[in-house]
Amino acid sequence: MSSNPRAEASARDESVVPITSSADIVTARQRGRALAAALGFSGSDLTLIATAISELARNIIEYATTGEIVLSQEAADGRPGIGIVARDEGPGIPDLSRALSAGYSTGPGLGLGLPGVRRLMDDFEITSNAGRGTTVSVRKWLP
Amino acid sequence: MRVPILKQSQYVIASIQSALSDEELLQLRDDLARDVGKHRSRGVIIDVTVLDVMDSFAVRTLRAIAHMIRLRGAETVIVGIQPEVAFAMVQLGLTLEDITTALDLEEGLACLNRQGAAGARHVQ
Repeated sequence: MSSNPRAEASARDESVVPITSSADIVTARQRGRALAAALGFSGSDLTLIATAISELARNIIEYATTGEIVLSQEAADGRPGIGIVARDEGPGIPDLSRALSAGYSTGPGLGLGLPGVRRLMDDFEITSNAGRGTTVSVRKWLP
Repeated sequence: MRVPILKQSQYVIASIQSALSDEELLQLRDDLARDVGKHRSRGVIIDVTVLDVMDSFAVRTLRAIAHMIRLRGAETVIVGIQPEVAFAMVQLGLTLEDITTALDLEEGLACLNRQGAAGARHVQ
């Protein structure tokens, strides 16, 4: 399983939420929101973070059936942030560039919501291998 | 938890009380489609004030509910979308299209009353 060494090195508090049913989507976003609040995020940022987690967890259920969301405390140059990794071992995304450029205003596009998640967060990385799964790693830094 | 649906004169009001799972949202859809017929309601208000997240599924389902209710002969007003939620929806490119929204329950009722005055459906 590939992981991001930079995120790994700075991660302290890690919390893994298994995603196996749609009820876990609610659990993941509530835990993420609680962690973000503990890190000092406020108001609209909490909502943006929770919404991004919801979309990422939903992708796992819809495309891979099961997977996990890993929430972590991050730091870069002394600036705290939250890291979210959505990992599955599903079929992978065949056309990554299309999934990332899917229409902004024309509805759900491919239904992945990835461009939306990218807009909600500060950092966005994705790796996907056909037949071996997808890992989306996003971070948001405290303003 | 099942969303409580209250009948108030010719309307039904669904007040969401906590974060909803997908199944609970679909349950609400089915309950409302049924109750509109049961109470012969002319309008539906869905109060989403407590929702701190409205993701693509929630928005899609609310749209579906409003369209179903219209096919059943009533109008839907979504009330209470929080400013942060509205911001996140815009960032995600999510829209409620032609669905009526209002600031809160009071405005939602006023909205339905205006539509009712314009409409001609016979009730009771």
